Parts: sequence; structure tokens; C-alpha cells
Amino acid sequence: MKTLSLLSLTDSQKKKLVPYKYVTLGMILLILLMLYPIITVIVYSFLDKVVTTKTHNLVGFENFRVLFKDSLFWTSMWNTLVYTVFCVVAHLVIGLIMAMLLNSDTLSPPVKTLARVLLILPWVFTVTIVTSLWRLLLNSEGVINYWLQYFDIINRPIGWFAEFGLAMPAVIFVNIWAGYPFHMISLLAGLQGISKDLYEAATIDGANGFQKFLHITIPQLEPIILSVTMLDVIWTMRVYAIVYMTTGGGPGTETEVLGTYIYKKAFTELNFTLASACSVVILLLSIILSFFYSKAQSSKGAAL
Amino acid sequence: MRSQKKINVIKKIIIYLLLLIFVFYACFPVIWMISTSFKSPGEVFQSPPRFKPRFFTTSAYMAIFTNPVKRAYFWNSIIVSLVVTTFTLFVSILTAYAFSRFEFKGKRLMSVFVINTQAVPPIALMIPFFSIIVKIKFYDTLWALISTYLVFTLPYGILMMTGYFNTISKSLDEAVEVDGGSSWTILWRILVPISLPGIVATAIYTFIQSWNEYLYALTLTRSSNMRTIPIGIQLLMGEHAYTWNEMMAMSVLGALPVLILFLFGQKYFIAGMTSGSVKS
Repeated sequence: MKTLSLLSLTDSQKKKLVPYKYVTLGMILLILLMLYPIITVIVYSFLDKVVTTKTHNLVGFENFRVLFKDSLFWTSMWNTLVYTVFCVVAHLVIGLIMAMLLNSDTLSPPVKTLARVLLILPWVFTVTIVTSLWRLLLNSEGVINYWLQYFDIINRPIGWFAEFGLAMPAVIFVNIWAGYPFHMISLLAGLQGISKDLYEAATIDGANGFQKFLHITIPQLEPIILSVTMLDVIWTMRVYAIVYMTTGGGPGTETEVLGTYIYKKAFTELNFTLASACSVVILLLSIILSFFYSKAQSSKGAAL
Repeated sequence: MRSQKKINVIKKIIIYLLLLIFVFYACFPVIWMISTSFKSPGEVFQSPPRFKPRFFTTSAYMAIFTNPVKRAYFWNSIIVSLVVTTFTLFVSILTAYAFSRFEFKGKRLMSVFVINTQAVPPIALMIPFFSIIVKIKFYDTLWALISTYLVFTLPYGILMMTGYFNTISKSLDEAVEVDGGSSWTILWRILVPISLPGIVATAIYTFIQSWNEYLYALTLTRSSNMRTIPIGIQLLMGEHAYTWNEMMAMSVLGALPVLILFLFGQKYFIAGMTSGSVKS
């Protein structure tokens, strides 16, 4: 009797251990690859002379004090904010218009499928392809300058990425091209989920197209709009490559963003300490945003 | 009735016109990229610009194919992406199985951890990765890329696979369990074959993520024979800014595997794209 209960105990214990057998490898990897570097960068931000030398001293919040006194940091912060707001809003507006087009009954199914493929296209290219492509198109001798001059919209070739007042809009423009498909596809999935009955009922009640859009489409899409926007903000504010490869942060500091600031501090000035402190700032911002994101998600009762 | 018909025709015209404009906006740069890749260097900025190259030449492609360093970019990208994809799939399937089929202590904490890792910006981990990779002597090897790419492909893979497993009824596993099958058998003999579409979607998405990665490839490798395609394109930009045709040829070649995956696995690709934001 005793052995039997002992056996069954180990059996149920064994059973309890089963999930850990599957989850361990993934968790160990994520802890090593994610948690450890995060802790490392946080520790770095409180030390001096990291990476470049072997001995460090604890300096408390000194690095953050220096960082917050650096006007270039605040310029980068402001530029990141401007860049993110314009990109995300444009992604959303363009994405929504395209999604509604692709969902319209006027288009025949083969046209829809083809158009959808063609409209997602910009999303699949790596950032260096996107930037070299637009550097070619927006080159002062390039095709866009040629046509703008041809139609007398401008009277001299413009170096879009090099001129004050134009560099930031140009970079945002490039990002919009590469980034809208995510919104389009997500919103299209949302639109396809809206019941046709709602629209029919509204038509019977005499609602026009705009009223239907305002009172059915938007409220029905709201959860998706919210989560797509939140994700996009988190993704867009970490911008580095698009800016670095088109304007390099210039002209002057006009397109300097947090990403390029960190990169330059680390690999140009070899000031890894300050770069670490700035990394912690962007990390904190992302975590705060993602906290709101997962809140929104869990209120929908989604995920795991 | 007639005016209603007229309105419908106008509506149709407007919709098609808008669609045409958007398609042009999305595709013109891509078409121009392909056209430029077949031009001679002298013709790239010719005025007026011509879509059809006057002297159609594949010299830009030949310059890439005959250069061993540039060929190496492709091999490196292929190796890194394939290894990362295989490993991500294996680990994601195991982890997702636990998340989807078992209740255990710490599950909630772990899943919150996995979800939130997606928010961590790659740029914030650049410095610690750089110092760690140098310390463990992975710097300037493909291992540096393989190990760091996992940090972003894994959470996504785990979430996607968990989502797929959740859609599959548990009655099948229970039947196997009654027959005395182990959890290992249930996973690999029952769940994995049924979840093939989900696995394909995860694989495509992971492959494209690794293939397109830029920041870590830039900072964790240095010698030209360890570079991947995204960096190769950038290096062409820096070295001699005038070989635009070669840059575009490299872009076309670099985009080709991703385009093929995208066109043939469109359904899966879209599933991957939306799995983060759209919940059914």
C-alpha cells in the first residue's frame, strides 16, 4: 500500500515536470540572450569607461546627468518623437485607405489578390535596399527631380536628404513607403471580420457612406487600430538604419534620432558609457509603451 | 434608377483610379530598381530618364557573380538565415507545446516575459551584445549573427506556434495519451504534422527576418567575407557611389529569395505579419 502511494506520488510529480522539459530550452535561451544583455546594459549605464577598458568605477547617476545635459540628446529625442508621430499617423491613414479599397466589393477577387500582393511589396525589402532605392530616386540627378522640374514644380534639382527643412520629411517619406503595408494588412483582416449585416442595417436606416465609416467601420476596427498603432510606435521610435543610411543624422543635427545618437556615441566617439545610458532610456520608453500595449491586449482577452 | 447607375460607374472609376495610384506608388521604386540594374553606369542618371535601358546590359550582375567577396555575402546570408530558422522552429515548437498544452507553475510569468521581449529595441542591446560577443570570441564570425538573431526570432516564433497549437483540438492528444503515447509522441506525431501551415508561416517569417537583419550584421562583423547582403549593399554605397547599377543588381538579387518566399507563401506571410496585432 505504501509503495503504491509513493509510486503514484512520483508519477504525478513526474507528470508535473513534463511541461518544464519543453519550456526549459526556450527560457534559458531567452534569459541568456535577452535578460542578461539587458542587465548588462543597465549595469554599464552606472559605470565609467565600459567596453573600452577592463576596470570600471561605479559612478551612480553621473552618466545620466551628463546625458540629460547634452543638448544633442534632447534634439535626438525631439526628432525621434516628430519622426515617430508623422510616420505612424501616415502609416495608419494610408494603410486604412488601402485596406478599405482592397475590401471594396467593386473590385473583382483576382484584382483584389493582385493589388494586395503589389501593395505589400515595399514591406519585404531589407532596409538597405529601401534606402539605396530612394537615394537613387531622390538623387539630385535622379528621376524624381527630373519629373518635378519637367512639370515646373521645382526650378532646380533638390538634394532631398541634404537640405535643411527637407531632410526630415524625406526620411519620413521613405519610412512611410516601407512601413504602411503592416497597417494595411492588419486593418484589412479587421475589415474582413466586420459583419456585412451591420452595414446593411445601416443602409436600411438611411445612413450614407461616411456615416457608416464613422459609426461602424471605425468603432469595429478600434481594437486593431489601437494595437497596430502601439506596435508601430514601439517599432518606429527605434529607428536607426533608415536615418543613418540616407542623411546620417544631418544636415547638421536635423535628423539625429536616438538610434543614430547611440550608434555614434558608441562606435564613432567610443563613448560606450553614454551610449549605454541612452540605450537604457530608449529601453525604458519601449517597456513603458509595451506595458500599455499588453494591457490593451489582455483587456481583449487575447494571447497565450 | 439611372442616376444610381451613373453614381456606381463613377464610384467604380474612382476606386480603380485610386488603386492604380497606390499600386504605382508601391511598385514604381521596385520597377526602377530592376530597370537600373540592367543599365550601364553612364545611363543611370541620363536625362531624360528612360525606363527601358537604351543599352540593355547584365554587366552589373556579372560584376557581382564574378566577385568572390560579393558571392560570399549571399552564402553568409543563406547560412545564417537557414540555421536561425531551423533552430527557431525547433525551440519554438517545444516551448509553444508547453504553453499550449500544459498548466504549470511560472507559466504566466514566462508568457508575459516572452510577449514583452518583443518590445525590446535591438539598438538598446547593441552595446551589451557587442561586448559579450567580443568576450566570447564570436566577434566577426557568423555565430555572432546566428546567436543574436535568435533573440528576436524566438519570441515571435513561440507566440506564433502557441497560437497555432491553441487552434488544434486537444481531443487528439488525449486519444494518444489513452493509448499510452508519451507527450513527445503527441507533439511530433500528432501536433507537428497538423500544424504544418503554422510551421511554414513561422519559418517564412523567421527566414525573412534573419535575411533582412541589418544592425547586428553591421556591428558584430567586420571583415568583408563575414558580411551579409544588407551590409554588402551598404558597402557598395560607400565604396564607389557611382556604381548605382551594381547596387541595384545586388538589391534585386538580395530581394529575390524574400520575394519568392513572399509570392509563393503569401498566405503564410500575411499570417505572420498579422499574428502580432490581429487576434481572431
